[in-house]
Amino acid sequence: MIVAITGIILILFVIGHLLGNLQIFIGPDWINGYSQHLRDLGPLLWAVRLFLLAAVIIHIWVTIQLAIENRRARPEAYMDKQYVKATFASRHMVMSGLIVLVFIIYHLAHFTVRVTDNRFTLLRADPLGHYDVYSMMVYGFQNYLVSGFYVLGLFLLALHLSHGSSSFFQSLGLNDKKLTPRLALGGRIFTWLLFAGYTSIPVAILLGLIKPAQQL
Amino acid sequence: MIGTFDAKIPPGPLAQKWRSHLDHSRLVSPNNRRKFEIIVVGSGLAGGSAAATLGELGYRVRCFCFQDSARRAHSIAAQGGINAAKNYQNDGDSIYRLFYDTIKGGDFRSREANVYRLAEIANNIIDQCVAQGVPFAREYSGYLANRSFGGAQVSRTFYARGQTGQQLLLGCYQALCRQIAAGTVQMFPQTEMLDLVIVDGQAKGIVTRNLRSGKIDRHAADTVVLATGGYGNVFYLSTNARGCNVTATYRAYKRGALFANPSFTQIHPTCIPVSGEHQSKLTLMSESLRNDGRVWVPKRKEDREKAPGEIPETDRDYYLERKYPSYGNLAPRDISSRAAKEVCDEGRGVGPGGRGVYLDFADAIKRLGEDRIRERYGNLFEVYEKITGEDAYKVPMRIYPAVHYTMGGLWVDYDLMNNVPGLFVIGEANFSDHGANRLGASALMQGLADGYFVLPNTLPNYLAGQTGKRPSPGAPEFQEAEENVQARVEKLLRVNGTRSLDSFHRELGLLLWEKCGMSRHEKGLREALQKIPELREQFWRDVRVPGNEEDFNQSLERAGRVADFLEFAELMCMDALERDESAGAHFREEHQTPDGEALRDDERHAAVFAWEFQGDGQLPKLQREPLHFETVHLTQRSYK
Amino acid sequence: MNFQLRIWRQPNRKSPGKLVDYEVRDISPNTSFLEMLDILNENLLRAGKEPIAFDSDCREGICGTCSLTVNGEAHGPDHPGAVCELYMRKFRDGATITVEPFRVGSFPIVKDLVIDRSALDRIVQAGGFISARAGSAPEANSVTVPKHHADLAMEAAACIGCGACAAACPNGSAMLFTSAKVSHLALLPQGHPERESRVLKMVQVMDAEGFGNCTNTYECEAVCPAEISASFIAKLNREYARARFRRSMGE
Ligand SMILES: Cc1cc2nc3c(=O)[nH]c(=O)nc-3n(C[C@H](O)[C@H](O)[C@H](O)COP(=O)(O)OP(=O)(O)OC[C@H]3O[C@@H](n4cnc5c(N)ncnc54)[C@H](O)[C@@H]3O)c2cc1C
Ligand code: HEM
Repeated sequence: MIVAITGIILILFVIGHLLGNLQIFIGPDWINGYSQHLRDLGPLLWAVRLFLLAAVIIHIWVTIQLAIENRRARPEAYMDKQYVKATFASRHMVMSGLIVLVFIIYHLAHFTVRVTDNRFTLLRADPLGHYDVYSMMVYGFQNYLVSGFYVLGLFLLALHLSHGSSSFFQSLGLNDKKLTPRLALGGRIFTWLLFAGYTSIPVAILLGLIKPAQQL
Repeated sequence: MIGTFDAKIPPGPLAQKWRSHLDHSRLVSPNNRRKFEIIVVGSGLAGGSAAATLGELGYRVRCFCFQDSARRAHSIAAQGGINAAKNYQNDGDSIYRLFYDTIKGGDFRSREANVYRLAEIANNIIDQCVAQGVPFAREYSGYLANRSFGGAQVSRTFYARGQTGQQLLLGCYQALCRQIAAGTVQMFPQTEMLDLVIVDGQAKGIVTRNLRSGKIDRHAADTVVLATGGYGNVFYLSTNARGCNVTATYRAYKRGALFANPSFTQIHPTCIPVSGEHQSKLTLMSESLRNDGRVWVPKRKEDREKAPGEIPETDRDYYLERKYPSYGNLAPRDISSRAAKEVCDEGRGVGPGGRGVYLDFADAIKRLGEDRIRERYGNLFEVYEKITGEDAYKVPMRIYPAVHYTMGGLWVDYDLMNNVPGLFVIGEANFSDHGANRLGASALMQGLADGYFVLPNTLPNYLAGQTGKRPSPGAPEFQEAEENVQARVEKLLRVNGTRSLDSFHRELGLLLWEKCGMSRHEKGLREALQKIPELREQFWRDVRVPGNEEDFNQSLERAGRVADFLEFAELMCMDALERDESAGAHFREEHQTPDGEALRDDERHAAVFAWEFQGDGQLPKLQREPLHFETVHLTQRSYK
Repeated sequence: MNFQLRIWRQPNRKSPGKLVDYEVRDISPNTSFLEMLDILNENLLRAGKEPIAFDSDCREGICGTCSLTVNGEAHGPDHPGAVCELYMRKFRDGATITVEPFRVGSFPIVKDLVIDRSALDRIVQAGGFISARAGSAPEANSVTVPKHHADLAMEAAACIGCGACAAACPNGSAMLFTSAKVSHLALLPQGHPERESRVLKMVQVMDAEGFGNCTNTYECEAVCPAEISASFIAKLNREYARARFRRSMGE
């Protein structure tokens, strides 16, 4: 239940975040404006950030507790185990989740704290002191390794959500026999759209479809 | 003989007997109930409902079963349904009619008073089960639905898909769980009763073996209730679960309890035929299938190898419809079974070995559509396909009769008490209500009637006089019984011969199936009576029971049961021989009407045969309880 | 047909177990899986070895006693159905078949392939019943139950209590078992008076017994011999939330 609710919060964030990021395709002004908007929220932004952080921590804390209990529930493993229906994604939620966590930490370090790439400090702010997020993303993703890691991280997030995005309906009891298969399918479509949306950014940059707005 | 051999039927008109008996029985007041310890052996419909109800009333109950959970008692396997004369269908049903159908179905070999009480109580059972949450089938209106069963011309059978027994048993089990949680019932799963303890001529305890640890224990109580089910497995192959046995009742018999009508065995007409030598059990296809399926064989022997679809309508013999036009495919079990055997004996049987007849749904599918049939019997069709690999929507099912139910059991009086005072016997383990043949959907009814409504009202009649008479488990009688059990266990392990248990059991089963099965005759029975002791002697010389006694040892468990079957089989054959008439399922070839129906001899044999043990190696003594019919008229059963 | 078998042998709860190789020959395809094990046991007996302990009773898929994991699947590859309904014709001639017990911490191994499932009984004892004293029931047709509800209740009630759900679950969770009983009784009007206390108590005992948690992998419904739908787990979650909510509102 707690996992489901925190999961939904995170999903909502992921959707919003994607919508924000996709503005890169419209042009530097849009995304930079969006970013500035967020920053202008001031304390409110921090509230949202803290809220999300809390959601992440609770989500992880509870799922790890549950996972430990689950381990204990089967002290002796099968010598041979075949799954009939359980998908790979559903069986490896902790694994995919934790890699996503590593990704999130890297991602924050990369674009929010900006400690991984010292070129970012060279980016000039505009006259009003607005940071050029657009160019940062472009420079960030021009590196194949960085983009590769993002795609991998997103892939695992997608894997996580391909189960999670329909699973929470069941956890909340919002399910019945007819609905289950439809929700599962819907969840999977939703997830891979999300994946396509996010990866489109580094891919577009690598293909040179999006160019930085300023030279370093 | 221990105790008295008197049915104690209450006086008065049939319809008032039970009521007036209740009015005059002794009671135990609520605050005295917890002073009484009751042992209930068995957690099936009978034992489970009795233990739960007695617990509810405030007695202290200990309930035993050999399965790992009370919920797995063999009642779970009953498919078809449970009867009650609710007359919800407005088709002319009544308590009297249910009573009459049951007496007649039993070929007039049961007591009027018991059967009438059963028919009366049946309605309360349905009420009780619905209140417990048994999900009976319902109509779109939300009211309860009914179906028809063999031996009746009204629709009075309540059902829960093809899993009625399961649902009723789970109802009992849940009630039992509630009492276990409340602390009134203590449950002993995987604990087998191996002896009955009689102190001062009264049943006061049992000796058990914990099947998991091998530990032998004594249990003292104020009264002992046996609800240990039927012994159809004496035939090796039957529709019963593998664990069903005669041990508890047979051990009680050896302690002086009378055993009634042991040879009355029901052979069910609709089972999946035997497919191979290593088959371990036979699977029943519910009788309800006969509502829509039509039974036939080819008219000519030559056609038996042909695919059924290649045999035109005119070359098929729908023999039940032909012989019994008014009941048709719903003729009672004994009659349908024998008719199947007859056509197979004529060489017209189908399938491997020519031991099968068709049960054909083609017409019903044409009339109602495959979906309706699937809705009604889907799970049965699936079971059939699993076992045979055939799709019964496309080709007719093949069925053949198989041992299914035992009408015989420990003798009981109207209060369900045996001649041994303090020993009560309920459910399939007693002989009480079905005479020489049981109608479909009435075993569930009897088990629950006994457990929910009869026993809880008759037990106080005995208990009221028993305050302070519970012996200590240290009493010499317990000592002796425990030693007896121990010695037998050791003896079984000591033989250390070469043959497996199953090989003996299979041999015994085959012998009985041939000599004491669907039809019997004097010569065959005498042969069996000669062979059984030989087989038994071989068993004790050459059986191999591996492992040891202080352990979970499934072979040892089964060995004790097979050893008892090997003794009990003799009693069965003796009873079949002594009953020199045909009645219901007991078909003596010497006694039949010109058209091959069972021919009773009411002058000499309108009686219950109750057998008294006289010691190992001695012939048991036969006691007869004459049956008096005051309300019904004895007729030749006719289902034409 | 011939088969190579690898079967789990374990003398008792405390001693360690291992897979042991066996071979059976000339098995008819119409033999059931358990009959094949019977044959193997007869062979072992003849060779002076101890037969393999395994549980079964009705051998027609309703009593829920049999409990084998065959080739890594609870009840073997022929779903839906209990392992007693599995026939050798479902296997390739010459196949190697691995047989293990149901492995759940709350089902300790008694011997070889036999386990102790009393934890399931205790879940029902916690509240899986309707407290209807014999004698107090009203006339059966006095309360109507919409057919749809009755049918759904029946679907849930069909559970045979074998424990395959927990055995197959990657987390060893008994949610399907518990949800079936909770749903069966919650769907019927007769079950309503005890609806909240029932679900709360049953879930509490289920957790206390040490079963794992549900992560909605639906592996349970895939192996369930009674085809209990995992949508009953959603129903359980709903019933639980409802009960918690109403309790917190002081009802
Ligand atoms: C396949 C099948 C289908 C059937 N279908 C129907 C139907 O549709 N309608 C109908 O009315 N009837 C039907 N019957 C008959 C009916 O199911 C049984 O007669 C009835 O369930 C018996 O109930 P019971 O409580 O007497 O015994 P059981 O349910 O057999 O219970 C016996 C109990 O005694 C215990 N026990 C036995 N021996 C010992 C011992 N030595 N020590 C300790 N415990 C012991 C067992 O563990 C078990 O708990 C069917 C029977 C079969 C086999
Ligand atoms: C952006 C990040 C994340 C999002 C959007 C997310 C979302 C979700 C959602 C929606 C669910 C389904 C909840 C349910 O079915 O009740 C879920 C389940 C789960 N999550 Fe996450 N999650 C994220 C990060 C993580 C992380 C970092 C972990 C690491 C431990 C994790 C571990 C799990 C586990 C183990 C489950 C399954 C537990 C269950 O269903 O009960 N998740 N997640």
